Amino acid sequence: MVEGRALPLGRADVDTDQIIPSEWLKRVERTGFGRGLFSEWRDDPDFVLNRPEHAGATILVAGARFGTGSSREHAVWALMDYGFQAVIAPSFGDIFRNNSSKQGLVIVELDTASVDELNALIGEDPSRLVVVDVETRRVEVPDADWQRAFQLDDATRERLVNGWDDIGLTLRREDEISAYEVRHASPSWAGRVRA
Amino acid sequence: MAGRTLYEKIWDEHVLAGPGETPLLYVDLHLVHEVTSPQAFDGLRLNGRRVRRPERTLATADHNVPTDPPSVPVADPVSARQLEALSENCEEFGITLFPRGHANQGIVHVIGPELGVSQPGSVIVCGDSHTSTHGAFGALAFGIGTSEVEHVLATQTLVQQKAKTMAVTVNGTLRPGVSAKDLVLGIVGRLGTGGGAGYVIEYRGEAVRALSMEGRMTVCNMSIEAGARAGLVAVDETTIDYLRGRPGVAEGEAFGAQAERWRRYVSDEDAVFDAELVLDASQVGPNVTWGTNPAQVVSLDGAVPGPADVAPDAREGLERALAYMGLTPGTRIRDIPLDVVFIGSCTNSRIEDLRVAGAVAAGRHVAPGVRALVVPGSHHVKAQAEAEGLDEIFRAAGFEWREPGCSMCLGMNPDQLAPGQRSASTSNRNFEGRQGRGGRTHLVSPGVAAASAISGHFAAPGDLT
Repeated sequence: MVEGRALPLGRADVDTDQIIPSEWLKRVERTGFGRGLFSEWRDDPDFVLNRPEHAGATILVAGARFGTGSSREHAVWALMDYGFQAVIAPSFGDIFRNNSSKQGLVIVELDTASVDELNALIGEDPSRLVVVDVETRRVEVPDADWQRAFQLDDATRERLVNGWDDIGLTLRREDEISAYEVRHASPSWAGRVRA
Repeated sequence: MAGRTLYEKIWDEHVLAGPGETPLLYVDLHLVHEVTSPQAFDGLRLNGRRVRRPERTLATADHNVPTDPPSVPVADPVSARQLEALSENCEEFGITLFPRGHANQGIVHVIGPELGVSQPGSVIVCGDSHTSTHGAFGALAFGIGTSEVEHVLATQTLVQQKAKTMAVTVNGTLRPGVSAKDLVLGIVGRLGTGGGAGYVIEYRGEAVRALSMEGRMTVCNMSIEAGARAGLVAVDETTIDYLRGRPGVAEGEAFGAQAERWRRYVSDEDAVFDAELVLDASQVGPNVTWGTNPAQVVSLDGAVPGPADVAPDAREGLERALAYMGLTPGTRIRDIPLDVVFIGSCTNSRIEDLRVAGAVAAGRHVAPGVRALVVPGSHHVKAQAEAEGLDEIFRAAGFEWREPGCSMCLGMNPDQLAPGQRSASTSNRNFEGRQGRGGRTHLVSPGVAAASAISGHFAAPGDLT
């Protein structure tokens, strides 16, 4: 469950280069990327992230095709390090969606009309509480009596609710992996292409 | 029962899933580079995990390496630290690494194919969205994030849901001078940046069959620009001929048996795709991007579009893109002046690309005020180009001839645009700030890039006198 203020980014085609520019990708750490979030846009004092009425927002509302482009998981780290716990948009890049599910950033796909309505509600009153409920797969604005259902596959939902470690789960299936490796020969290059 | 697509065949051969279990996909080849791996190796250390199959893992340094000669130290301490971390991690976990200056070093999507390790029917992953490049070999190849890099290092598998399939069928023949890059820009323009989301694309038809392996790599490379994680081309004799004799393939008679196995990596004739796009190759011309996403494509013969040229819901994006790019609707593409020309990247830095650009540059000179860089995709490409005298041609024409790496495609190293500078680039992304903060990128083919460097504005090789 994510509860809090929502911030209307309002742009379509926000690729991962915009979310976190490549100069930030030189770092070897996993933390501290929040400062780089949308950094090229934050120079503009009117940019929505700089407006005081949206300070402390935990839900980002974006346009279509959010997170396309580069596979950089740094985009997810930056959003979460900044304080976002969910992103609502009409559509998302496939790799970004996948990376988000590994980190626990909730991805909510709503149709364009619903996203427009939500933006209008936030526009009326930026302090409005917005609720993203993963268990019931619903987005709500309680004080406006506004609700929408969203799709979330069971596996991702379970992972979000339980905070599972994928690698730990897969390693429990090590016998299956080993059996596959016995059935399939190593490739012709294995061990031959060396430094 | 209907036949299977190439994607389904590779999936079926690699999937591990009992009843009710999450599907796991076995990974044959995991390519690693310095940018998306350090946090994954840290994760292994924190949990006391090893790399399950180091011999199925290959690493190189490409994204942030300077393109100066290897004797010049890495000036940026943050980049230097990341390159050191890759070396330390490969050492600690027993992974083969081709570091800066090594004969096999280069852009990860250039070296896999040229070493013969990107093989038909394999599953290939890398923490880089342009991993789709290797799909040219009839391999299922796609980009992953750092959490998934860690998962593959630890388990040699990935948790995966099956994708939908899309056929992009290109009938007919490309006109002379029209390249694989023009074709894929046209396809991305048609599909849009989200049209391929959820799909694996198989490129087929007469025009795709006629492409060289390098051309097919250029096409598959930009699948992600249409939102598709992977692009595929079925195996044929072009594939087999390219692979024969490469270091990673079987030798002598054993190669014949290997090639025979590879020939089955084609879609069955009666296979059904979930979606199809059909194009006529003869309608594809030289293409240039005008905006800030790779689907914002226009013909080199055309003009910068205006609000009336796009659907109402695309107008806001168009206006934002025009403002960022500093362009006015109606301006002829050929009238747009350039500051920088970049020939390189995993899309277009292979020997055929350099030959096309070199033929344009020969006996001519870069226009005054234009900086032009040629960055070969790998040391092997560089050595081949030098053996053919291409380096001399480029230098004499006023191009910089640099060391291999991703370079100005994403501006992580010192090769960057200054704010407001405009480039013609053979790379794959024209996103805001991609080649440097405030930089303005137009994506083009190698031939158009070279002709534009000579002219100082966008031009086709045929425009030059």
